[in-house]
Amino acid sequence: MDLVAILSLLVSSTIVYSTPLIFTSLGGVYSENSGITNIGLEGIMTMGAFSSIMFNLTFASSLGKITPWIGLIVGGIVGLIFSLLHAVATINFHADHVISGTVLNLMAPPLAVFLVKAIYDKGQTENISQSFGYFNFPGLADIPVIGQILFQNTFAPAWVAIIVTIILWWILYKTRFGLRLRSCGENPQAADTVGVNVYGMRYVGVLTSGLLGGIGGAVFAEAISGNFSISTIVGQGFMALAAMIFGKWNPLGAMLASLFFGFAQSISIIGNQLPLFNHIPSVYMQIAPYAITIIILVLFFGKSVAPAADGQNYIKSK
Amino acid sequence: MENTANVIEMRHIIKEFDGLRANDDINLTLKKGEILALLGENGAGKSTLMSILSGLLTPTSGKVLVRGQQVRIKNPTVAKDLGIGMVHQHFMLMDSFTVLENIILGHETTKGPKLDFRKAFQQIQELSQRYNLNVDPNKKISEITVAQQQRVEILKVLYRGADIMIFDEPTAVLTPQEITEFIQILKELSKEGKAIILITHKLEEIKRVADRVTVIRSGKSVGTFDVAGVTDNRLAELMVGRHVNMRLDKPLATVGKTILQVNNLQVKNNQGIMALKDLSFNLHAGEILGVAGIDGNGQDELVRALTGLQHVNTGHILINGQEMTNRKVREITEAGVSCIPADRQKYGLIMPFSISDNLALQSYYQAPFSNHHVLHHDVINSHANQLIKQFDIRTTSSSVPVSDLSGGNQQKVIIARELSRNSDLIIAFQPTRGLDVGAIEYIHRQLLQERAKGKAILLISYELDEIMQLSDRIIVLHDGNISGEVMPKTTSDEELGLLMTGVKKEGSSVA
Repeated sequence: MDLVAILSLLVSSTIVYSTPLIFTSLGGVYSENSGITNIGLEGIMTMGAFSSIMFNLTFASSLGKITPWIGLIVGGIVGLIFSLLHAVATINFHADHVISGTVLNLMAPPLAVFLVKAIYDKGQTENISQSFGYFNFPGLADIPVIGQILFQNTFAPAWVAIIVTIILWWILYKTRFGLRLRSCGENPQAADTVGVNVYGMRYVGVLTSGLLGGIGGAVFAEAISGNFSISTIVGQGFMALAAMIFGKWNPLGAMLASLFFGFAQSISIIGNQLPLFNHIPSVYMQIAPYAITIIILVLFFGKSVAPAADGQNYIKSK
Repeated sequence: MENTANVIEMRHIIKEFDGLRANDDINLTLKKGEILALLGENGAGKSTLMSILSGLLTPTSGKVLVRGQQVRIKNPTVAKDLGIGMVHQHFMLMDSFTVLENIILGHETTKGPKLDFRKAFQQIQELSQRYNLNVDPNKKISEITVAQQQRVEILKVLYRGADIMIFDEPTAVLTPQEITEFIQILKELSKEGKAIILITHKLEEIKRVADRVTVIRSGKSVGTFDVAGVTDNRLAELMVGRHVNMRLDKPLATVGKTILQVNNLQVKNNQGIMALKDLSFNLHAGEILGVAGIDGNGQDELVRALTGLQHVNTGHILINGQEMTNRKVREITEAGVSCIPADRQKYGLIMPFSISDNLALQSYYQAPFSNHHVLHHDVINSHANQLIKQFDIRTTSSSVPVSDLSGGNQQKVIIARELSRNSDLIIAFQPTRGLDVGAIEYIHRQLLQERAKGKAILLISYELDEIMQLSDRIIVLHDGNISGEVMPKTTSDEELGLLMTGVKKEGSSVA
């Protein structure tokens, strides 16, 4: 394999593995900037993955090529509904955020597997027939070398994720809504005194994380695993959480961190096709993304500063 | 009968929390262009009343009239629309946001979907200049001083177009110089026609700025007076409800041998930054040494180092001539050190424990409180009952958890425990923080009694009045150094204020 081909393979697989993490970590950024810690991203991804696969299997024959895209929306909506549990528990009933998030993580896999069993009468679903295709960027794909590495045979949802990142960054830092959302994560009492609806903002934050986490799970299922089983979502939600922390609770940072974790994941998958890496026993390559996640968390968790009131309940006095 | 000169009228306001009346039939009027002081002790209901006016709480019953119109202030937005703005005691600011973002939050100007930062910047600049409130709109809150943060709070209120402004204990965090500047700002604002309510328990401030004063006591209004026609003593009596002896009898100190010696002390704080840089002083028996300074200039580290909670990097601490540097907490305690910590709930007491257990915390492991690791509750309880009587702790029983006591009585539990141990050195760190006048008076008398017994007392406080009243000598801490040593009889608030901001005393021997 020549260098361009290797790079091209590396870039395209990095992008595919990063996309679910980008969507989900962006969700985390919004939830935690509103002041609600959301470790339930893993469970939300599971629900998004399950529902998108089910939708895809049911409607692929009638909807055709567009199916996986609508599957994303379905996964997002199911994720949003699922995250409502977290929002109600933490915002209205002042539950501990970590415990409520853990409930989501413990509840999602058995619920999804139970539904698979009830609907399809087996432990895992069939493979979907309509998956995300690859496309060439018109114009850009013809640029020599760079075009071949970045813009040929590229993964469309990744570009959606990058555009969404930029839009969410702009909303968070340049608009009135963003300023108010961040104020609820920074000092909800102060936000309340200037008339910001803290509960409302926090709902928006958590439900956004449900929507984006659901989309993240759906991307993973429809682009990478191709079916749904108990082992479809195994740690990607926590990796997205790590990416959010590594990215300092900023959408752009979370995206870059997600690309890094996506790279680590893709290395473990395509390592045996790459020179040098193919000598490393595959078990180490498979451990690598998780080990890197832990190392990054240990190194950066203490240092990067979360929104000041992240994880704190706000109880309005009457 | 509506008097339109009154911009605010609050009539028969009652506010109940779980059956307890925080406000019990309070009346208050505010006229255009005046400064009205609202005087009362901690817990008298001042803040509750003002939270009702600013829309954070709704009254259980009673009427509020703004400019003659009866209104229902359901939330802060309604208050804002009525032109009412409040500067809270604990600033309502976002540390990681810029000054500008803090000012516009909740009242943003937008251009399309985007925030219009440029227009806001101009408006803030105009307001800053008009009212002499200099502060850089692009700085983060965490980067500016407390006095500047207060200006941001004032700008926030002005930016919303308020002409009725409420200040909750605004001078608590300021140095004497900053207080003078702040009072200037207040006068400027009232000259511009703003009606101002100043919540305070400092009589001196009322004399300096207010036109009228409304006094409230345990949730009830006591009356409203013209400031010019009422004395400090009278106001204090009205506030407390009994005669208060404002002057403490302080006999001359009979200074004995050196109890505490601190030599070239250097201590790093938890962030690894040098918080005490080469600190040296002595403290003698029968003497109260006041340590003045603004919060965060090394006071915490000094107390923690003296009590063995923080590692000393270099230098020495000697107690009764004995080397005590970096010794264990219990060794230091047993060497004759008592400490009244600044945060009574975090460091002084175990809140869910009973009064008896809290009173035994320093001695439970010794006879007669325990034998062979078994506690003798009868001894612990009778010891507690004796101290409850001796120190006048108001409680129904010694088995009541300290979390059920009032702040003043919690502090008495600590005082009882620490003073009854008969230590040579007493470290009192903010001993009267958040207490009412009666409790403050009591604690000050206790400290003076200990002084008369020949104890050495290190009094660290952010309240200058307290330092000035009690101390025999005063050292001022600034940025981990002693910026000056003065005598309370010959110094002034102004001199102390300068030393607190790091201006070295002329002729002092600092190289």
